[in-house]
Amino acid sequence: MLSAVVFLPIAGAIVIALFLRNYSHARIFAGAIAVADFVLAVIAFAAYDTSAGGIQFVDRISNWIPGLGADGFAVQYLLGIDGLSAPLVLLTGLLGLVAVLASWHIELRVREYFIWLLALQTGVMGVFTSLDFLLFFLFWELELIPMFFLIAIWGSDPKSKREYSAMKFLIFTILGSAFMLVGILALFFSTGTFDMTVLPDAIRSANLLLPAGVVFAMLFVGFAVKLPLWPLHTWLPDAHTDAPTAGSVILAGVLLKMGGYGMFRVCVNMFPDVAQDAAWIFAAAGVINVIYGAIVVMRQTDLKRLIAFSSVSHMGFVMIGLASVAGVNGMVSPLGLTGAAMQMFTHGTITGLLFLLVGMVYDKAHTRYIPDLGGLAKRMPFAAVALLVAGLASLGLPGTSGFVAEILIFLGAFKPMAIPTAIAAFGVVLAAAYILWTIQRVMFGPIKERFADITDVSGIQYVPIALLVIAIIFVGIFPSIISDVFASGVEPIARSLEQVAQASLR
Amino acid sequence: MSAYDLYLLAPELSMVALAVLLVLVDLVTTNKRALPVLAALGLALPLIFSLMLWFDLSSGNPMQMHGFFNTLVVDKFSLFFKFLLIAAVGVVILSSTDYVQKFARFQAEYYALMLLATCGMMLLASTTELITIYISLELTALPIAALAAFMRDARSTESGMKFLILSAISSAILLYGMVIVYGFTGATSLPQIAQQIGSLNLSGATPFGSNALLFGVVLMIAGFGFKIASVPFQMWAPDVYEGSPTPVTQFLSVASKAAGFAVLLRVFYIAFPTETLSFDWSATFAVLSALSMTIGNLVAIRQNNIKRMMGYSTVAHAGYILVGLAAVAARTPGAEATIGPSGMLFYLGGFAATNLAAFSVIIAISNRINSDEIDDYAGMARRAPVLAAVLTLSMISLTGIPPAVGFWAKIYLFGAAVEANLEWLVVIGVVNSVVSAYYYLRVVKAMFLSEPTSDERVAFGVPMQLAVAIGFIGTLAFGIYPTPLLNLARTAAGVLLS
Repeated sequence: MLSAVVFLPIAGAIVIALFLRNYSHARIFAGAIAVADFVLAVIAFAAYDTSAGGIQFVDRISNWIPGLGADGFAVQYLLGIDGLSAPLVLLTGLLGLVAVLASWHIELRVREYFIWLLALQTGVMGVFTSLDFLLFFLFWELELIPMFFLIAIWGSDPKSKREYSAMKFLIFTILGSAFMLVGILALFFSTGTFDMTVLPDAIRSANLLLPAGVVFAMLFVGFAVKLPLWPLHTWLPDAHTDAPTAGSVILAGVLLKMGGYGMFRVCVNMFPDVAQDAAWIFAAAGVINVIYGAIVVMRQTDLKRLIAFSSVSHMGFVMIGLASVAGVNGMVSPLGLTGAAMQMFTHGTITGLLFLLVGMVYDKAHTRYIPDLGGLAKRMPFAAVALLVAGLASLGLPGTSGFVAEILIFLGAFKPMAIPTAIAAFGVVLAAAYILWTIQRVMFGPIKERFADITDVSGIQYVPIALLVIAIIFVGIFPSIISDVFASGVEPIARSLEQVAQASLR
Repeated sequence: MSAYDLYLLAPELSMVALAVLLVLVDLVTTNKRALPVLAALGLALPLIFSLMLWFDLSSGNPMQMHGFFNTLVVDKFSLFFKFLLIAAVGVVILSSTDYVQKFARFQAEYYALMLLATCGMMLLASTTELITIYISLELTALPIAALAAFMRDARSTESGMKFLILSAISSAILLYGMVIVYGFTGATSLPQIAQQIGSLNLSGATPFGSNALLFGVVLMIAGFGFKIASVPFQMWAPDVYEGSPTPVTQFLSVASKAAGFAVLLRVFYIAFPTETLSFDWSATFAVLSALSMTIGNLVAIRQNNIKRMMGYSTVAHAGYILVGLAAVAARTPGAEATIGPSGMLFYLGGFAATNLAAFSVIIAISNRINSDEIDDYAGMARRAPVLAAVLTLSMISLTGIPPAVGFWAKIYLFGAAVEANLEWLVVIGVVNSVVSAYYYLRVVKAMFLSEPTSDERVAFGVPMQLAVAIGFIGTLAFGIYPTPLLNLARTAAGVLLS
């Protein structure tokens, strides 16, 4: 089941590469694959049984690659989802579909484009579903090359700039994953397993080759680059700005979540004790991201760059939520963790929508320079309304999904981390300021003359926008459909954190 | 000398016979097109003999078969390298068929020299005696020097001369080292050297327990270091790689390197295995490895000629492979570390497939555009989509990104080093692979992102298609399912560890 979710896109990419010579056929086929993958993801999500919890839909080939040494180096093919990954699989399926639909008008090297887009989808799905650490790493690396090409070929002009951004993205990510690999190998040789389901227990009882803090730090850096945390975030504004619309949607929507997911699955789940000691780092990093990101947003004049920095700010909230692992008097409430996970999901849909709309505005207006824009709402009412929805969700208006995530984070993190949370909450105020200001400058006010005959979104473009708007509002009104699943996934993590906290109290 | 001895030597003998046959056939035929066909098909003979020996070893016979007064040893380790070398030279012959038109007259000699060099390398992998090692080394070096100078233009002559002189010097150094080791132990056979050293009861005050042995071993490392092109003995590699005919470069980068590592593994594993000694040479190799990786990768960044870049890239890869050798020895006492040698063999296999694919593409492209400048690869993705895709996969493999075999190769070697408590070396290694991503992807960037300078398609013939296909399938198939190559490497390395 999960294997199908993961490998359907790449199978589609291979079919396009080998058999479909015609551009429009390739496009329709890619669309069909994306719809099918989305449906499969929805089924997987819906069929996940939260009351049973744990890992479900396991696909396992236990001896995929047998041991190399006498003591074994066995790599399993092990896929499965739990409450933490199921919503992220859903998110990836949704945004994968959105990305394909948003690329309908691409005219340059169409077949290649969809091949890379679908290959990327496989990489991300693989990261969220694989439970063998080496397999996880394989998928983590697999996603690099497609994204590199998407930015470098179909990105914005000029050529030198987008190539620079693509290379920067690649080098940063690969540097992070290089350290991650050392951490993974060190864990394997300490515990004798790559299996992520048994690693947490194995680490507790094993004698680590390196101090746990060092292994933790290596893995943390790998995820921090992806998340991205200040000061490792500098690839993000460049990559987002120069990526094609669909590339930005996927980058902001799901690629950043790989970092957050790694923080949960690996840093916190496997090293509860180190994570508790490092909670203040989470908090500090989160606060810096939130505030720094928000302040830098204010100074941006490029619409895409602006949203990119707002992503930096919003991903900071994930870290604030994670900082609640510190706990109070040996009690760790799962609230903050659930909020952080929710924030990943909602940020994926909201920022995905923002990038989608900005991309459409750029296609029509041929500029992303904010002072040149203005009054577009008169000519593009649908886009304006959608942008308003996305913006309001982004600043956390009640009734939208953004509100749910942020309120959970603040509720969960306030007790253990009062001061950082209070400072970070100020980020919401800043968000309100910059988002409303931006929307006002772009959409409202007197219309510029040269936009007189600009047109609103049309045809197939309605579909991805509508999908995301529905997702945002629906989750805003019925958050439990997502948050219950997350909560069931976070619950065991919180419990193990609590054990560690109480053990240290005694 | 008995018939049994000849049987053990059959792969090498048939290789020589094939070389002679080629030269003879050349005398009577006017159809030069028949030569590569004959050479490639003729390789079936040494391959069949090697397979027969492999099955002999598998079917209950001892792990090793000795012959020629114990100078020749046939075991799965040497057969692994024989398979690798035969496959490599086969691909090189296939990808030479168009290129040799540049020196149409001496085609037979070209193939014959290549087969003779391969024969030397095969011997190198299957000998456990210092003098034989030396002779085999010379047998590989002399044909290669001739091959490097085959184009007879200024570049090619320079590279042939350079290779000849530097390899002569390195041979002299190696010989000197061997003599000292012989003087110290009184033996030239590797197992006997190990025995002698074991009975000498060396103290741990100086490295290797005695200054004489230290001197001898260091000189030997220097001699072999030339062969595998590791820093600081890498100076020849970029010049020779750039100047030689490209198929010869391909041959050098794959076969010559593999043979060098084969002998390196054999010598250090069999002759200097004791606990104290291996700690000493492990440290030496760890340092050489770190230097090779770093210098190779950093200098490669600045290269504009793809052959030169690949030259530095092989220097860097020699560094990665040496990680495995360093990990062999630094094992924690008591625990048997086995990932090192099998990881090295796996890496050599994967690296061979990758480099064969990469160079086949480079040859195919340079046949058509007459240039090896990376900038001239602009827009290749449109002029030759298949070649561009294969070269991209090779570059990805060399960087160590899935789904190519290079990914697993790096994981295993770095894993070996972590197991041997060499985390610092692994950190240097992974940072280096980040650096390497930059210049490998530069080639990819040129092919996919730049506008083509002309619309002419880059076409290539059937032998070339075969060569590209073999390299490509090897790189991709072992990247997705590495198990067969892994098991082979494990079996082969098992000989050293027993």
